[in-house]
Amino acid sequence: MAFQGVDFYDIDSLLSEEERAVRDTVRRWVDEKVIPIIGDYYVRGEFPLHLVPEMAELGLFGANLPEEYGCAGLNNVAYGLIMQELERGDSGVRSFASVQGALVMYPIYAFGSEEQKRYWLPRMARGEVIGCFGLTEPDYGSNPAGMITTARKTESGWVINGSKMWITNGSTAQVAVIWAKTGALDDPKSIRGFLVPTDTKGFSARDQKGKLSLRASDTSELVLEDVCVSSDALLPKTEGLKSALMCLTQARYGIAWGAVGAAMACYEEAVRYAKTRVMFGRPIGGFQLQQARLADMLTEITKAQLLCLQLGRLKDRGAMTPEQVSLAKRNNVNMATEVARETRRLLGAQGILAEYQAMRHLANLESVYTYEGTHDIHTLILGEAITGLSAFT
Amino acid sequence: MRRERLRAEVRRVKIAVCVKRVPDTETRIKIAPDGKSIDEAGVKFVLNPYDEFAVEEALRLKERAGEGTEVTAIALGPEAAQETLRTALAMGVDRAVLLTTSRQPMDPLITARVLSAELRSGGYDLVLCGKLAIDDYNHAVGTMMGELLGAASVSGVSRLEIEGNGGRAEREVEGGIEVVEFSLPAVVTTDKGLNEPRYPSLKGIMQAKKKPLETKPVELEEETLEVLELALPPERKPGRILGEGPDAVPALIEALRNEAKVL
Ligand SMILES: Cc1cc2nc3c(=O)[nH]c(=O)nc-3n(C[C@H](O)[C@H](O)[C@H](O)COP(=O)(O)OP(=O)(O)OC[C@H]3O[C@@H](n4cnc5c(N)ncnc54)[C@H](O)[C@@H]3O)c2cc1C
Repeated sequence: MAFQGVDFYDIDSLLSEEERAVRDTVRRWVDEKVIPIIGDYYVRGEFPLHLVPEMAELGLFGANLPEEYGCAGLNNVAYGLIMQELERGDSGVRSFASVQGALVMYPIYAFGSEEQKRYWLPRMARGEVIGCFGLTEPDYGSNPAGMITTARKTESGWVINGSKMWITNGSTAQVAVIWAKTGALDDPKSIRGFLVPTDTKGFSARDQKGKLSLRASDTSELVLEDVCVSSDALLPKTEGLKSALMCLTQARYGIAWGAVGAAMACYEEAVRYAKTRVMFGRPIGGFQLQQARLADMLTEITKAQLLCLQLGRLKDRGAMTPEQVSLAKRNNVNMATEVARETRRLLGAQGILAEYQAMRHLANLESVYTYEGTHDIHTLILGEAITGLSAFT
Repeated sequence: MRRERLRAEVRRVKIAVCVKRVPDTETRIKIAPDGKSIDEAGVKFVLNPYDEFAVEEALRLKERAGEGTEVTAIALGPEAAQETLRTALAMGVDRAVLLTTSRQPMDPLITARVLSAELRSGGYDLVLCGKLAIDDYNHAVGTMMGELLGAASVSGVSRLEIEGNGGRAEREVEGGIEVVEFSLPAVVTTDKGLNEPRYPSLKGIMQAKKKPLETKPVELEEETLEVLELALPPERKPGRILGEGPDAVPALIEALRNEAKVL
C-alpha cells in the first residue's frame, strides 16, 4: 500500500509543482525500493548498499548543489522533502544521503578549490565515490573544539594523526572529510578540514558493533596513524571549527525534515492499526485514549511540517540562522521520537516487531536525537540565543 | 546490406507517446453527489501506468537510436494534464502537446479522432500508448487510432524492436506468445512486462519546465455515451483465520462448503 502522506493543513498548496514532483518521485521510490526490504536489513544490521546507484540515478546526492557540478540544483524545500521521504523509509537511508550531501559534498562545494569541486562533486553525485565526515572523537562529542586529532605540515603535504568515533559511512567511504587541528591543541581556530582517501596508508576503519539503533547504517571508528596526504588534500577555505559547524547546519536542516518523515510513517501506521484492530468488540481507534494519542500525533506533525517549510523558505532566501535550525532539529526529532513511541505502544505486542515500522523508527530516532548536536546542546544554543548568556563557557 | 541497415538506423524517427491523466489507483475514490462522476477533491492524479510503459519504451528506442530521434508526448485532457505531461518530460521526453478540453470524452472514438488529427499533422513514424487507461478500462483508443491513421496497429505488446522501416513485437496471448512483424508508420499499444519504467530523475524534473509544452484547445464532438450511474464495489469482508496446520482443514472445508458455497 503506497504512502498517502499526512497533510491536514493543505500544506501541499504551499509547494510548487516541481517541489511536489520531486517529493512524489522520491516517495514512490521509497515505497517500492526501501519499505519492502528495510526491516530485514535493519535486523541483519546492514546498510542496503545496492540502493546507492539508484539514489544517484535519481539525483538524491547533494541535490541542492548546482548543476554545473553534476548535482540536481534543487531549492532547499525540495531538498528537505527528499530528506523527509528518505527518513520515512529509514533514518539510516536518510543518514547516508545527509552525510554524502550535506557533510561531504557541501564542504567540498563551500570550502574546496575549483579543482577539488570539479574532481569530487560529480563523482559523488553519481554515487561512484562515497564520503564520510569525521568530526567526533572518543573523548570529544558535544565539544568538538577540544579535539586532539592533528594535522602537521610537511614539505610535501600533511601528516594526520588521531581517531574519530561514530562515523557514519566510515567503513564504506572512499573519501573522508577529516577535521584536525593544524596548530596548538588549545586552539580550535586552527581546525581545518582535509579530504583523505580512505585507502591512504595508515588510515583504518572499524565497524561499530552492538548497535541497537540505526542498524541499517554503517557507523565506524576511524584511526589515522601517520596518514600522509598531499597539500591539495586540505580544503583551502576551511577556517576553524566554524567551518565544520556550517556543515552541521546543512545536515541538521535536512534532519529537521527527515524527522517529520519518520513521524508521518509512524502516524500512518498508527491510524491504520487503530482502525482495524478490534478489542472489546470495536476498533481500538474508537476509544478516547487512542484518539487522544492520534490527535496529539497529527497536531505535532502538522506543526513540524510548517516549521520545516518556513525554515526552507528562509534558507532559500539566504536568511536562515543556525539557531533557527537548532529549534527545528530539536523540536522535530523529539516530536518524531514521541510519535514513534506512542505508535509502538498503540500497536500493542505487534509494535515490537520489525514487520511494523514504529519500533525501528523509535530506536533510530534515539540516534538522531543524539547526533548532529544532542537535544540538550540545541537547548543550550537556543538558551544562548534567547538570553545572550552562554551555558558552555 | 550492412550499410543499408546503418542508414536505416540513423534515419530520423519521430515517436509520439499518447498519455492520459488518471486518478492514482492508490487513492480512495469518492463518488460525487451527482452519482455519475468521481469527486476529484483530494484525489491524486498520475500518468496512466500503462502509458508509462509507452514513455519508457519510446525513451529506450531513442537512447538506442541516438541523436535524431525525437519523442513527443501528447495528452488530451483538462489544463491540469500539463502536470501529467511534465512527468513525461521529466522522464526524458523531448516535447509535449496538450489538447485541452473541459472534459475527458467517454466515447473512445472521440478521443481517438482528436488524437489522430494531431498525430497526422505531426507525421510520426511510431505512435506508442498504453493498451488501456486505468480509469475507464476501454482498451480502445490505441487500436482505433491505428485504424484512423491507416497505420499498422499492434496491441498489448510485451516486447518491441524497431529496425529500419518496420518492427517486430511480441504479444502475450492466452497460453503463449504471438510474434508479429509490421511496417512503419504504426500504432503500438503497450502492456505490462514490456519494461520497467524509470523514475523521473530530479534533474529531469527541473529540466522539464524548460522543455516545450504546447497547449492547443480542441473542440470535442458531441458525446455518444452517457454515464447513468457510478457505484463503488461492495466492501470486501475481512478475512478470517480458522486455525493452523492440518487440524484446521475440516473447519476450512466446512466454511468453503456451507458459507462460501464454492465446494
Ligand atoms: C549513529 C550515530 C552516527 C553518528 N555519525 C557521526 C558522523 O558521521 N560524524 C561525526 O563526526 N559524528 C557522528 N556521530 C557522533 C555524534 O555527533 C555524537 O555522538 C554527539 O555529538 C554527542 O557526543 P557524545 O556521544 O560524545 O556525547 P557527549 O557529548 O558525551 O554527551 C553525553 C550527554 O551529556 C550531555 N551534555 C554534553 N554536554 C553538555 C552540556 N554542556 N550541558 C548539558 N548536557 C551536556 C549530552 O546532551 C548527552 O546527553 C554519530 C553518532 C551516532 C550515535
